[in-house]
Amino acid sequence: MFDFLEGYDLLGAFWVTVQLTVYSAIGSLIWGTLLAAMRVSPVPLMRGFGTAYVNIVRNIPLTVIIVFTSLGLFQTLNVSLGADDFTTINFRLAVLGLIAYTAAFVCEALRSGINTVPVGQVEAARAIGLSFPQVLRLIVLPQAFRSVVGPLANVLIALTKNTTVAAAIGVAEAALLMREMIENEAQLILISAIFAVGFICLTLPTGLFLGWVAKKVAVKR
Amino acid sequence: MKTLKASVAAAAALALALSVAACGEGGDGDAGSKITIGIKYDQPGLGLKTPDGKYTGFDVDVATYIAKELGYEPGDIEWKEAKSADRETLLQRGDVDFIAASYSINDERAKKVDFAGPYLLAHQDVLIRADDTTITKPEDLSDKRLCSVTGSTSAQNVKAEIAPEAQLQEYGGYSECLTGLENRVIDALTTDDSILAGYAAQEQFKGKFKLGGFKLSNENYGIGVQKGSDLTEKINTALEKMVQDGSWESYVQKNFGPANYKNEPAPKIGVVVD
Repeated sequence: MFDFLEGYDLLGAFWVTVQLTVYSAIGSLIWGTLLAAMRVSPVPLMRGFGTAYVNIVRNIPLTVIIVFTSLGLFQTLNVSLGADDFTTINFRLAVLGLIAYTAAFVCEALRSGINTVPVGQVEAARAIGLSFPQVLRLIVLPQAFRSVVGPLANVLIALTKNTTVAAAIGVAEAALLMREMIENEAQLILISAIFAVGFICLTLPTGLFLGWVAKKVAVKR
Repeated sequence: MKTLKASVAAAAALALALSVAACGEGGDGDAGSKITIGIKYDQPGLGLKTPDGKYTGFDVDVATYIAKELGYEPGDIEWKEAKSADRETLLQRGDVDFIAASYSINDERAKKVDFAGPYLLAHQDVLIRADDTTITKPEDLSDKRLCSVTGSTSAQNVKAEIAPEAQLQEYGGYSECLTGLENRVIDALTTDDSILAGYAAQEQFKGKFKLGGFKLSNENYGIGVQKGSDLTEKINTALEKMVQDGSWESYVQKNFGPANYKNEPAPKIGVVVD
């Protein structure tokens, strides 16, 4: 039943998916944290930028963003992100697009975590003379992160599945291999099922593990 | 509570309306006066649904001819989009009577569906900029930047045989590749010559691109029908007649002519070129 799998590098394709996920997760965590800091900062310009960025980017379909990185940034503006072959360029462009998109969701998750920190703590921190960056770094963010592990796990799972959009610009990840196999094998349902199971193998342990972490680190109030 | 009742009533009304509409559609199909044909909606020259709802292309012309031979007027034809990945499923479920959608005959597919024809012998070829003189033979492709559709047979051929050294960009559609070709980021768009000819013949691209004329593979386009269907024989007869009375030639000229496409002679029914 599964003999048609021969000759396809299933693990290799899923490995690219994992790489896309990991790089995009790290990037969007950093960029998302900066965005959240902007949205709660006392500087109106930064608040305005953060709000505008989140509301614009999270409302654009991911496919449009990913295709734009290739057609707009690479083809038209010649942004190649320091690589010179299509495989590397496309991979980096896809990571860039995924970071830009996912960061908006990370930012909103984190901002809700910031809102769980009692306002009295911030006032107390300011009263002993801490600056805004210090309040954020020492008092607010450590508690905020601990309370949003669960929501961030959701974002990570969504990100894992969103990497399939990278096939639109030719990144050789799982969804691209799936299309090749469907083209060759005329086994639509079976092949789709195999890839669905593959993604569950990636996301289910992530969800369970981060759910456990979320319980463990949650701030008891 | 009032709003709840109102929304339940609205939902019930909607469900009723939908089921009535569904019945209406089913009734048409059962009457037996219509024939449903699967074609591509997005390939100029082969099967294209124009913005004003008309259908044009070589596959459409061939399908219309076959339908006529089977006793259906053009008005009795119901067109249905048959995307590459859906073709076998559409036939197996009986959603379409036959499929004419750049459907290459191969062993894997022949296990699932029956093929009439072939009715066109196409080859994988490249489309290059009209002023490009650096690509004259297939070997020239190995240091070039190629483009094709994600996961397609043509893209896989490039990776495996034609030019494994070359850089290959894969996009969701040919239009993105054409943008790259115009922008000089991509040197050649590769897929079946019939599809390429259809694109190059489009009004906005006239004179900009040319075909390489390489025969990189053989694609025998067949008419897909349900496994064991008695349509195969009838369609083969219709196809033979189409070639004999000159319709085939005129369809080729009409759809691929402007792109300087050198077509193969009409294939013999049942003869698949490897």
